[in-house]
Amino acid sequence: MAIRYHDNPFGKHKPGGPKGRVVIVEDGCKGCGFCVEYCPNDVLVLSSRYNVKGYHPPEVVHPDKCVNCGFCRMICPEFAIYTVAIEPETV
Amino acid sequence: MDGDHACCEGALAAGCRFVAGYPITPSTAVVERFARRIPRVGGVFIQMEDELASSIAIQGAVWAGKKAMTVTSGPGYSLMMEHIGLAVMTECPCVFVNVQRGGPSTGLPTLPGQADMMQARWGSHGDYEIIALCPDSPQECFDFMIDAFNLSEQYRVPVMFMMDECIGHMIEKVTIPEADKIDVTPRNYTKLPPDQYLPFKPAENMVPEMVKAGDGYRIHVTGLTHDYRGYPVMSADCQEELVHRLVNKINRNEEKIRHIIATDIEDADVVVIAYGITARVAVDAIALARKQGVKVGLLRLVVVWPFPEAVIRDLANKGKALVMAEMNYGQIYYEVERCAQGKVPVLLAGHGGGDVHKTEAIAEKIVEANKCLS
Amino acid sequence: MSVIDELQQAVKNSPRQSPGDEHPMSNFLRMDRIPHIWCPTCGIGTTVNCFAQALERCSIPLDDVAVVSGIGCTGRVAGYVKTDSFHTTHGRAIPFATGLRLGNPKLKVVVFSGDGDLFSIGGNHFNHAARRNLDMTVICVNNFNYAMTGGQVAPTSPTDSVLTTSPYGNFETPFNLPFLAESVGATFVARWTALHIHRVTESMIKALMKPGFSFIEIIAPCPTIFERKNKFGDGLDRLKFYHDNSEIIHGAPTKDVDIGLRNKIIVGEFVDIERPTFIESMNAYLKRRLGSDYDIYEG
Repeated sequence: MAIRYHDNPFGKHKPGGPKGRVVIVEDGCKGCGFCVEYCPNDVLVLSSRYNVKGYHPPEVVHPDKCVNCGFCRMICPEFAIYTVAIEPETV
Repeated sequence: MDGDHACCEGALAAGCRFVAGYPITPSTAVVERFARRIPRVGGVFIQMEDELASSIAIQGAVWAGKKAMTVTSGPGYSLMMEHIGLAVMTECPCVFVNVQRGGPSTGLPTLPGQADMMQARWGSHGDYEIIALCPDSPQECFDFMIDAFNLSEQYRVPVMFMMDECIGHMIEKVTIPEADKIDVTPRNYTKLPPDQYLPFKPAENMVPEMVKAGDGYRIHVTGLTHDYRGYPVMSADCQEELVHRLVNKINRNEEKIRHIIATDIEDADVVVIAYGITARVAVDAIALARKQGVKVGLLRLVVVWPFPEAVIRDLANKGKALVMAEMNYGQIYYEVERCAQGKVPVLLAGHGGGDVHKTEAIAEKIVEANKCLS
Repeated sequence: MSVIDELQQAVKNSPRQSPGDEHPMSNFLRMDRIPHIWCPTCGIGTTVNCFAQALERCSIPLDDVAVVSGIGCTGRVAGYVKTDSFHTTHGRAIPFATGLRLGNPKLKVVVFSGDGDLFSIGGNHFNHAARRNLDMTVICVNNFNYAMTGGQVAPTSPTDSVLTTSPYGNFETPFNLPFLAESVGATFVARWTALHIHRVTESMIKALMKPGFSFIEIIAPCPTIFERKNKFGDGLDRLKFYHDNSEIIHGAPTKDVDIGLRNKIIVGEFVDIERPTFIESMNAYLKRRLGSDYDIYEG
């Protein structure tokens, strides 16, 4: 039998998972697409804009899906993207 | 004590506590003595896999805060050239001892030579200045080894200690003074805090202050052309500023570094110029020539590089004929000739190495030089 | 204002970076030197991220870390990390690190360099440092070629790889680095690709904490040369290749982990053994032989 999750168990809000905000150092990007490809929650896409070096930097399309896992920061060879934790009360 | 052993003791007295070496005749006795002695005084000796490794391991130890040296001969010295360049570029104070033997290539492993003098000066690629000392006795191996370390600390430059097989294997009495009578220059560490310190910003004497790894300064040291921060800068301007300073911190202090020993040159018509073991042979040759009525003196170069140009110019201006005695076919000879500017005859008493000069050979040149004058 | 200055200014003023968000790497990287010189989709930057993460997770103070590099693309790592960092001559990072470590055994010495630097020109030094079990971590970013000089064949280039000095394909047999490292005495040997960022970080932590000579090979894309010349696409395609073709076998016999041009890549932690380090052996032997004449060496 499937476990049923309640939105409001015991009348309380379900505690949210970690949330993050993506910071993109846009002009440091060389458009490799690693972050876009490997973001586990598909938060990012490559934008159609150009940065100062002529690359397409990523842009955030699903900010709410970011869980601050930091994978984008780790895989970015340019040190041009990172995530910042959003404190739960500000969600 | 022989010269090799005295060289080791001199280094220990100067505060050297890290030695990396690779055995090579005729310098092996130096590393052997270090292997025995240095663990007893709180230092480390490591026999590396080759001279390339030895010559850079010492630089690692210097940046870790040790005084360090390596020792080699002929072919090993050729292998070390790259890291002499690195030590110049990164201003790493260290000492390279070369117990010279006959060359080129494997040459004469057990017999003397003095043909590495220009290699010491120009062996690594690029433009630079180093300091080179030539002892002529085991006692001087001890004394001048301390000078070599002191000069390297003062100017942050690799110092070449150019012995030869004869000096290395010569056994003579060596007097070792009390430790408190030995003048040792400590490393000039900066007093600035990390946020104000620039690792390659020259102080007034054109030499930057040093730090060591692990002190929180988080410096970057590179063999690339670099700015005051130590960061690589690929530009002609930066190259000009850096190399100009590397060259001039030695050249402009030539007078302070200068170490010559002049004997009877005031009234002399002919001056013999020599260094290392050849200077000792020249003493006999001079006695021989004086018996034949030639007024001759000796100018012994202890510091060969930077070359004491002004001294030679002065001798030439005074009209003294010059005889350069060295165990090669003319290396320092051309420096002397250049400084003499054609004003006086300059003769070479040279040979290819393998044995010290015959006294008569130098004496003949003295007489010949005297004839040229008249 | 030079082009680089302009770029740095632009990066600083990047509209997407809100003020007050300090770059999480700013304590670890020399931010005044970023952007770095590595090509787009090159994997070296990723390995630097892993290294930063590993240092942070082991709580090693950055003041106690020294990074030594040789020459080449990976050799530039020393220039970007904000620790005491030394960019030495070609192939000689390990002997420099030897002196540094022996000069001050309190330092955590890490050699960060490329395959050509460490195993071609510097091969002998690697062997001897591992044999002596000198206390250092060697991180080798293996991109299978000499990238800085324009893509020449390296001792790690797989057989058949086309490079500028193997225009008809490489007919030599490449080194199997984990096998080499194990046979010369490394106490910890791991191999990962630039995609395995968490695994790389974990292995780095183990290597950093382990006394003795530890070695990590990280296979990284070189999109400009190796990947282009051998028709692997760009760095992203190559990461996908790693994803599909790497197999994790911890403890695999290292003789079986050689790399073919388009074959499966075996990754994992292969060796983890205990041996007395150089300084431990030195202290034990000399104390035994010299007794009270010898003080235990601590720098």
